[in-house]
Amino acid sequence: MGREDAKGAAGVIRKLVRFLDQRSGTAPLLRKTLRYLFPDHWSFLLGEVALYAFVVLVATGTYLALFYTDSTHQVVYHGPYAPLRGQEMSQAYRSVVYISTTVKAGLLIRQTHHWAADVFIAAIVLHVLRIFFTGAYRKPREVTYWIGLSILVVALLEGYIGYSLVDDLLSGMGLAIGYGVALSIPFVGANLATLIWDGPFPGAQPFFGRMYIAHVFLIPALLAVLLTAHLGLVALNHHTQFKSTRRETDRKLVGVPLFPGQAPRSLGLFMAVCGVLFLLGGLAQINPIWLWGPYHTYSSTNGAQPDWYLGWLIGALRIMPGWDLVVDGYTLVPNPFWGGVLFPGIVFGFLASWPLVERRVTGDFGYHNVLDRPRDAPWRTAIGMGMLTWVVLIFFAGAADRVDVFFDISYTAQIWFYRGAIWIFPAIVGGIAYRVCIELQRGEVIERDRKQAEQEAAVAAAGSR
Amino acid sequence: MARPRDIVVAAALLAVGRRRPKLQGDREPIVPRGREQPRTELAVVALLLATGLFAAAFIAFYALDRLPNQTQLMGGALGLAFLCLAAALILVGKQLIVTEEIEEDYPVPEHETEQETIAQIVADSGSRITRKRLLKASFGVAGAALGTALVVPAASLGPVIDMNPFYATTWRRGRRLVDENGRPWRASDIEPDDFYTAFPEGADKENVSSPVVLVRLPVSELHLPAENAGYDADGIVAYSKICTHAGCAISLYRTPLFQPDEPKPALVCPCHYSTFDPADGGTVLFGPAGRKLPMLPITADASGFLRAKGTFDEAVGPSWWGVRMRKARPA
Repeated sequence: MGREDAKGAAGVIRKLVRFLDQRSGTAPLLRKTLRYLFPDHWSFLLGEVALYAFVVLVATGTYLALFYTDSTHQVVYHGPYAPLRGQEMSQAYRSVVYISTTVKAGLLIRQTHHWAADVFIAAIVLHVLRIFFTGAYRKPREVTYWIGLSILVVALLEGYIGYSLVDDLLSGMGLAIGYGVALSIPFVGANLATLIWDGPFPGAQPFFGRMYIAHVFLIPALLAVLLTAHLGLVALNHHTQFKSTRRETDRKLVGVPLFPGQAPRSLGLFMAVCGVLFLLGGLAQINPIWLWGPYHTYSSTNGAQPDWYLGWLIGALRIMPGWDLVVDGYTLVPNPFWGGVLFPGIVFGFLASWPLVERRVTGDFGYHNVLDRPRDAPWRTAIGMGMLTWVVLIFFAGAADRVDVFFDISYTAQIWFYRGAIWIFPAIVGGIAYRVCIELQRGEVIERDRKQAEQEAAVAAAGSR
Repeated sequence: MARPRDIVVAAALLAVGRRRPKLQGDREPIVPRGREQPRTELAVVALLLATGLFAAAFIAFYALDRLPNQTQLMGGALGLAFLCLAAALILVGKQLIVTEEIEEDYPVPEHETEQETIAQIVADSGSRITRKRLLKASFGVAGAALGTALVVPAASLGPVIDMNPFYATTWRRGRRLVDENGRPWRASDIEPDDFYTAFPEGADKENVSSPVVLVRLPVSELHLPAENAGYDADGIVAYSKICTHAGCAISLYRTPLFQPDEPKPALVCPCHYSTFDPADGGTVLFGPAGRKLPMLPITADASGFLRAKGTFDEAVGPSWWGVRMRKARPA
């Protein structure tokens, strides 16, 4: 057969594939791609959600870039939003107010962009947790994992620069803190900061242009390269899988093929992510920048909170006791370094080195395609839960001022509580996690023994009859 | 008048009329055949039509001028359009397409002969080279020098070596303190239990050394350290408004007090709640700041205007490696 041209859709496909194959020889590759297998588990969708949020970010961000002005040149506002009229502000801030008040669909796209950023990073964080607690980073996927971690780091930076570009009061405060953290790097901080800001804070005119090109081109391009490498490695090694039946092993993969099984589901998820993000962008207000007003170095506001993904760093900056490490008049370690550089450095250092540490400690250098359930590796689960508790407590310490306002619990008392709790609770939670894992394992053994005994009893009963 | 009826009939025919896909001769299907799901097909059709409807609604909402809640309507319509399409696709994936569970071998972990071949090709390719280490070192020198040459122009981004701007301030002896609009502050303007921002007259307000906070404390409660003696103007004290922790503006003044939980008046930064004592030369009472607030010596002149008696006692702004090495000075 083959040559006789079928009519209709099948015929068109056949012609198209023949055209491509004759000119590129890719039919075998295409066939393999169509039948690439996806093991089925809901937690495998987290990374996909992040990918689709990234697509929404690029699309909505491109639209916003068509209206944004990357200049701190001061102008007086005469636009339609009355409360700001007559105020001095940067062109950057005025352009974002213009997007939000005047450009049709501008506010919808801006809010969708902001929500997409929050969802993007949330999905990555959940994805990393899934990878960690199931041991998916083990050989042969360590590089995939490290690239994934760098995507998270770059995404955090991208989000921070994104809301800094608005130049409203909140973003200016965020930039001031970022500058303070940059200054705090031992030996080179001040030099690095003046290099980036083109002089001491608030910096010179080129600084906003630098942030802009980084936000809309350099970092997205880097993210795209990292994503491609990440997904390429995933495909080369194939997906990991949970052991749900006897069929799944480290050598045998069981899954649904990309086409026709997986494609409509993945596309459906993509569309669902778009739908949820546009619903959020239209219905759930986020960062109403016209209310915050323009930034000036001499102004700030109480109750300032960053986007959720920087909450852990705010918390770390806040609970740190007021220590500058000074040696003979030379300020070796200014305070923001502890919470703003060292703390995230420890967290990411832990995550990045974990596969190597675990391999060294367990002596397990083998290939792993079947995932652990958290209970299968009690030590990993316990340490991971302890680490997570540490970070989450510090995250909540960043919200202590809100708790003070809403629940009237003294801020100072809360900070002292957290200063102790972050060292005690991780150990407790880790210990509990370990016990739970062991108990679950024992429960399984008992269950298996019981089933076996029942079977034997049934066999014996049948035999004696 | 047969038109609407024709449309109804045509739609009914579309919905009811079904055609089974032609069998491809007698060959074995690659994707196994499944039972037909005519009702799911109709559900998918309905969802796709809903997608089209919501998308059209979005266009309409966009096109209309002066529509109240336009953002909400547009977002709702577009979001629902995407969600209907998502539901249609997931229905297709779950019910209109046979879900195959296929087994496949994982890729082989490694290719030892290929690894060996690659290493050998590289090793064999150097057969004409006799001064291997010298060549290596020379390539190293060339690469390092050229790499450095390509990175050096980054120094144009901003001043890297000049640390003087960190100590320079916009204050000097005799400069009047003015408010945000340039009106000079008089000592009599400064009330107790309130909080004022001042700038040096005629200076750039955005410069981090410019803004100061002014508060009035009872002279009896002032206990300035010896090096700050005489910095106040009859109980009015002036501190840099830029927090020494991370550089936010200090915009909270803890006063009047609600005893006993708040021990004394304090200047507080809203970013990380560094808390400073205005009665004691700006020492840190609580929070992450590692340095006291720089204090500005002020006085009231003959006409009652507040003037600086010099510049701050310390460098302003967040800490960096040299912040304690020199004092602040007038620019």
